[in-house]
Amino acid sequence: MRKRYFDHVATNPLDVRVFDAMMPYFTEDFGNPLSIYDLGAKAKEAIEKARAHVASLINSKSSEIIFTSSGAEANNFALRGIALARQNEGKHVIVSKMEHHSILNSARFLEKMGFVVTFLPVDKYGIVAPDTVRKSITKETTLISIIHASSEVGTIEPIKEIGQIAKEKGIIFHTDAVAAAGNIPVDVKELGVDLLSMAAHQFYGPKGAGALYVREGLRIVPLIYGGIQENGRRAGTENVPAIVGMGRAAELAKDEMADRIEQAKKLRDKLIKGVSGIENIYLTGHPVPISRDSQRENRLPAHASFTVEFIEGEAMLLLLAAKGIYAASGSACSSKALKASPVLLSMGVSSNLAQGSIVFTLGAGSTEEDIDYLLSEFPQVIKRLREMSPYAKGWGMKGEGGECTVQK
Amino acid sequence: MKFVENVKADVTTDIVYMMCPMHLLKLEEKIRELDDGQILEIMTDYDGALEDIPGWCEKTGNEFLGIKETEDFYKFYIRKSETRLYEKVKRK
Repeated sequence: MRKRYFDHVATNPLDVRVFDAMMPYFTEDFGNPLSIYDLGAKAKEAIEKARAHVASLINSKSSEIIFTSSGAEANNFALRGIALARQNEGKHVIVSKMEHHSILNSARFLEKMGFVVTFLPVDKYGIVAPDTVRKSITKETTLISIIHASSEVGTIEPIKEIGQIAKEKGIIFHTDAVAAAGNIPVDVKELGVDLLSMAAHQFYGPKGAGALYVREGLRIVPLIYGGIQENGRRAGTENVPAIVGMGRAAELAKDEMADRIEQAKKLRDKLIKGVSGIENIYLTGHPVPISRDSQRENRLPAHASFTVEFIEGEAMLLLLAAKGIYAASGSACSSKALKASPVLLSMGVSSNLAQGSIVFTLGAGSTEEDIDYLLSEFPQVIKRLREMSPYAKGWGMKGEGGECTVQK
Repeated sequence: MKFVENVKADVTTDIVYMMCPMHLLKLEEKIRELDDGQILEIMTDYDGALEDIPGWCEKTGNEFLGIKETEDFYKFYIRKSETRLYEKVKRK
């Protein structure tokens, strides 16, 4: 059976061209970039070349890129590093309820350290209103961190507008662009961000490679202490092959972005249109606009997410997997913990409905035929589960178990 | 330690929170870029620099002017002194 991968937001396969670029650095060119002889110099040269490509992807200077081991590390580094560096100026940090756990849990750590954290609400599409950000700012606020694009519902946040507010108020602004960088155009100057996190495996680079953009002149307390790698800001012998891979992946993403977006959107729209026809199934996140103005689209190009009423996400995933379809249900944490996604709840989705969350994400290798196959199998899976579901006739009495009550 | 006020630096480098031995690497790099007689200001929170930077100056012949303390970090002032180094070499 052909495997059809609809979980590109979880991770991606390594691009073969990236793999080829990485290969020599495992065995032949294995030197430590800090070593002064030629083997070291070669490794050093390779990571600096990669740095230039990553910088170019987001329109920054090379010296503003710090390589990390993951997007999560970049997020931890940004939140903790800036909050600590600026704690004499204030101890208030603003994040949104759309954030990834690497931001949310870092924020909770800061709370334990004595910081005050505001978790901003979002609207039904998951959008953080710039005005809400403005209203939450106090004299104590030193840092705002808002996710660029949600991997769970695909919503793209108004980062540029929030960036303007932060700048106006003299507050440092970080964005977690892990799901965005390499997939949609991301320009740190245009967005007006001071820090930005990214992860290589989100754009066909290797896992275990990430980066944090830190605007020139900004002070940040290290997360990992040790030697003088990454200009004395992130210690640890560099993962040279992974960094080289990230650089090559960034180069390819930049060159091929327009084509990748166009292809993804075409398939995504077909998928959304097809799935939306099924009874009692709702799109989560931002609807795709009717007039196609790609600049204003608030949804990731390869992202389709839904909630399916009366059944539960995990069951759908298992039955779909049995048919060779790999998808996700909400965040990894909520699928593993079998609890309703906090992101969906914050968007006003009822906890019952949030149980039926399902996310399909497309990428290189996704074909029109894959979508056709999904559209033919998915309704059957839903039908079968609804036949088994004790909730298929509704969640119970109106007002008791939730607002969705269908009685046949 | 020599404390100074109102030193006008020609070049400032901010390495606050950067790890040791960045203070020595940056010092060397920046001094190389300066003209003779120009003053470098280095901002660092690394306590070890209190010993290392005057020591480095002593060794290289650059003139250590002193430090200024702020709440979170130190500011070190160093004057590039090629002639002093030259004279030292000559004396030997």
